[in-house]
Amino acid sequence: MEIFIQNIFNALQWGSFYALIALGYTLVYGVLLLINFAHGDIFMVGAYIAFFVATFLLGNYGVIAPGTLSGLTILMLAVPLTMILTSLVGVTLERIAYRPLRNKGAHRLYVVITALMCGLILENGNLALLGASRKKFPELLQNTVWTFGTISVTNLKVLVIFTAIAVFLFLQFVVTRTKTGMAMRAISFDKFAIPLMGIPINNIIVFTFILGSGFAGLAGLLFAMSYPILEPYMGALIGWKAFIAAVVGGIGDIRGAFLGGFLLAFVEIGVVAVFPSTLRDLMAFSVLLIILWWKPTGLFGIAKTTKI
Amino acid sequence: MQKHSFKLLLILSAAGLVAASHFQMVDQYITTVIMLMGINIILSTSLNVVNGYMGEFSCGHAGFMCVGAYVSSVLSVMLFTSNRIFGPPLLSADLSLFLFPAVILAGGLAAALTGLIVALPSFKTRGDYLAIITIAANYMIISGIENLDVIGGPRGFQGMKRVVNAMGDRLDIPWMPIWVIVGTVFCVWVIRRFVSATYGKGIIAICQDEVAAEIMSVNTNKMKVAAFMLSSGLAGIAGGLFAHVYGYVNPQSFNILKSTECLVMVYLGGMGSLSGSVLSAVLFTLLIEALRFIIPELNALAHHLHLIPDSYEIGQVWKWVIIPLILILTMQFRSEGLMGHRELSDFFPFLKRFYRMRQAD
Repeated sequence: MEIFIQNIFNALQWGSFYALIALGYTLVYGVLLLINFAHGDIFMVGAYIAFFVATFLLGNYGVIAPGTLSGLTILMLAVPLTMILTSLVGVTLERIAYRPLRNKGAHRLYVVITALMCGLILENGNLALLGASRKKFPELLQNTVWTFGTISVTNLKVLVIFTAIAVFLFLQFVVTRTKTGMAMRAISFDKFAIPLMGIPINNIIVFTFILGSGFAGLAGLLFAMSYPILEPYMGALIGWKAFIAAVVGGIGDIRGAFLGGFLLAFVEIGVVAVFPSTLRDLMAFSVLLIILWWKPTGLFGIAKTTKI
Repeated sequence: MQKHSFKLLLILSAAGLVAASHFQMVDQYITTVIMLMGINIILSTSLNVVNGYMGEFSCGHAGFMCVGAYVSSVLSVMLFTSNRIFGPPLLSADLSLFLFPAVILAGGLAAALTGLIVALPSFKTRGDYLAIITIAANYMIISGIENLDVIGGPRGFQGMKRVVNAMGDRLDIPWMPIWVIVGTVFCVWVIRRFVSATYGKGIIAICQDEVAAEIMSVNTNKMKVAAFMLSSGLAGIAGGLFAHVYGYVNPQSFNILKSTECLVMVYLGGMGSLSGSVLSAVLFTLLIEALRFIIPELNALAHHLHLIPDSYEIGQVWKWVIIPLILILTMQFRSEGLMGHRELSDFFPFLKRFYRMRQAD
């Protein structure tokens, strides 16, 4: 029983990471119908930015008051800084790689392949510039273990889970309740009618990328705090998996991405708890494919009819 | 005579290559690069059937290659050599000369069947879902093989070199270059016949407009499955050849990076262009091998000019920054690739004189 509840907490924590990344995939897909394959690597860049911010800007080696700031202060400052810097990376990609192609009216697949290549450049460029040595993320938060009876949970885990839920609620609010969100949904509905309605299409797209990459950066920071070893390829596998989670949830839908992320994590942790851990990827992907077979458009997806 | 000059040229150059490799006129390295080029040609042309001609987005091509590589390696090791796992050879090693193509084709067949399993659920859904299902299939295949401890699991599988050597013992000619050339020509020929036949034109129709194609009596579901099976089957053949060229396979050498390599070749050459795919596969292989030598030179030059600090070395990692950058620039300035939707003979019409045009064209 204790192990069971412990596993549920682990699954919730992993699910939070998947959900935070999957939300970025789904936002961009929901607006542009573009699979932003670079998103997993933006998550990795986010973790590295968090590392540099926490170590060389604010921490012991920092330029601002080295060694005097407490861990909590650094964390409070690092969260907005990381999010802003990471969203700058995302917007830069959009600006220099995706938008010229979109303006030329290139085939959608060309943009997808460009995104895939941008991801490769991010991870290998990082490896080339910073070297293969793994980075150790500083401990910002005093690790406290809260014990309820026989169940123990760290404060970091709770922080991660609550952050994911808060981000989900925030994004759900933005997309469904605000004017900007309405414009975002409208762009995917009809790209040609939208400028006629006086909606600045490029600003909305940039805003989407800011949201998606910013929360990928937040996920990177939280991931680096939970698993404090950074390496350039850390974003690749988790990014692909989050993308699959987003599709299973029904890509383009905020609730779908959130639920899909947690579903994937629960399946993975469940498999590891019962079977040998080497079977994790195989079984998890099989379960997801069975779900896709049963509901081809994902859990929250709406089947579109093709008009002639 | 002029009509057959292309075939003659092909046969002569293939014979020249084999002879050069047999009489040690070119070293082992160049032979291996040429064989790799052939395998890359198979990979890029076969992926072009799905991603180019059909306009879908499959990004797990290496998974099918993996199936082909493992099935044909296990078969050839089991049939022709004595092995710790499978015991004595089931057939005499003399037969390896004749049965080797059958073994490679069996690998291709297994890959095609895997392709069928992947294709059936994915074509019920719309566009981008094929991308995800093929990625997941790629991961599942690798993960599945890593869990099969009988054939080595994550440590990989070897023993194919002895099969190749056994063929060499019977008749001392360089067998692997011959089989790679035969396989490459076979694959390009099959794809050319397929896409220029009336039946295969159906997949081009699907790319243009699926609904209209269906109204025009193209059985779209069947066409999609046929094209996908063809594509994955040929990838399996490429995998079988790859395994026998190196004599060792490892599941991780067929991971998503290998699939990305295939995608790079297809989009560099141009969607829906067979000669573009061949050209880009050749260029891509040459580029990869050239960068191996260029990067140290660049490093020395940069150090000489004091452009970079002494502590920093430009390593081989930059290869995988330069190649994506080339593709991004291609996409920006020439989105359709080297020759999108056109063949070499469309650029240079005089080439048409050198091969026989089919009546249907």
